[in-house]
Amino acid sequence: MKSKVVLAVLILACFLVQCTVLHGISVGSITPNLIVILCVSMGLLRGRKSGMWTGFFSGILIDLFYGSVFGFYALIYMYVGFFSGYACRVYYDDDVKVPMLLTAAGDFVYNLAVYGLQFLIRGRLGLGTYLYRIIIPEMFYTVFLSFFVYRIFYYFNYHHMSIARKESESGWILK
Amino acid sequence: MKKMFKKLHFRIHLKSRHLLVIMTFFCLSTITAAFASGVATAPLSDAAGYIVVPFENSVRKISAWIYDVRSGFREKRDLLAENEELKAEIDNLTRQNNLLIQDQMELTRLKQLYELDEEYSDYPKIAASIISRDPGNWYDTFMINRGSRDGVRVDNNVIAGKGLVGIVTETGPNWATVRAIIDDSSSVSAMTVSTSDSCVVEGDLELIDEGKLRFEQLYDAEGKVTAGERIVTSNISEKFVEGLFIGYVSEVHQDTNNLTKTGTIVTPVDFQHLKEVFVITVNKQDYIEEDTGEETSDEE
Repeated sequence: MKSKVVLAVLILACFLVQCTVLHGISVGSITPNLIVILCVSMGLLRGRKSGMWTGFFSGILIDLFYGSVFGFYALIYMYVGFFSGYACRVYYDDDVKVPMLLTAAGDFVYNLAVYGLQFLIRGRLGLGTYLYRIIIPEMFYTVFLSFFVYRIFYYFNYHHMSIARKESESGWILK
Repeated sequence: MKKMFKKLHFRIHLKSRHLLVIMTFFCLSTITAAFASGVATAPLSDAAGYIVVPFENSVRKISAWIYDVRSGFREKRDLLAENEELKAEIDNLTRQNNLLIQDQMELTRLKQLYELDEEYSDYPKIAASIISRDPGNWYDTFMINRGSRDGVRVDNNVIAGKGLVGIVTETGPNWATVRAIIDDSSSVSAMTVSTSDSCVVEGDLELIDEGKLRFEQLYDAEGKVTAGERIVTSNISEKFVEGLFIGYVSEVHQDTNNLTKTGTIVTPVDFQHLKEVFVITVNKQDYIEEDTGEETSDEE
């Protein structure tokens, strides 16, 4: 129960920071994507289900206020969280390199999905421009931010949430 | 007590994979529902607005306070120099104002002569602050701290000091979201001031860095439209009230069909650093309905 409340507060806090303060540190009008970092971190720290719910609810928040189609961002973030959850069994979570790599992949997939499903459909064909102008800068900036933010999520996971990683879930132990 | 709770509490165990499939279906169905019938998510967003908007308001206030404190430490010398400059500007403006008052008197006199009763510059408007922006980098929408309680409605036009900013797309009791005209999915029916030729002004993500917009379908057979021409919202637009300033033409190209022209427009609004906007609280549709209402009453 406590973990759920903490997770809800984290989602709300990330959404608020993303919409207000983070625009203050944008470079070249590119803002890093804190919500992708949250989904990936929760997936890695707590597994597929947690990652999925985190993605779903933060996506729903964005859809409510900014989405053109209700459910679109929820779907994308849900998949990002779910697939980063596969890393939960495979990697240790105390090394910052794994979440950084996962963030890069997650942000890239998220942006490609937004481009493919909302821009390509309207006949905007210049993928090169968008890749060079938005996707890659955002990816690098997000990875840079995840280096700092992952530690905060890590701290919350081990000090304020119930333990999600069990020995028995580890892939190394035969069941 | 605990035992009873345990008895009542039956757990459904789903594999995460199956859960994903179920939620995917859920999302896809909401997407199709939104496309097919425009299912109203208004109650949901209203409820979420009550939680989120107070936080965003306080964040805005805190950042404004920090800015105040920081600017409070400026040097006395700078302030004195600025004071001098401003005084000189006041003199200049007073002189201009006197001239303008004279012109205004003449204008009202002439208007009375011509019986022009339509006054486009006098739309009722309210001030609003931007409290949050779109979380991604793909779109340009933002949220303001005024909502239906203050008289803001969907399709209200939003302006800043110098020109058109956007249009209200969604409202809650104490918030409203605005789509900027530089947003990639925005398009505005516009016209040139000197020749009244109509065109369509569209936002384009590829031009955002230069602070420009794109215009299309400008029919200008005589070639009178050149760089520097002023573009305003058109009289045939359904959603934008007439005569709001959009920007200056910076480039014009002939289309391959040799009939219409396309080009780019420079907007005077600094969308990156926008903080305060004005919402025009009348819609174009109100005027249209008013007119038709009068006509039918005349017929009777």
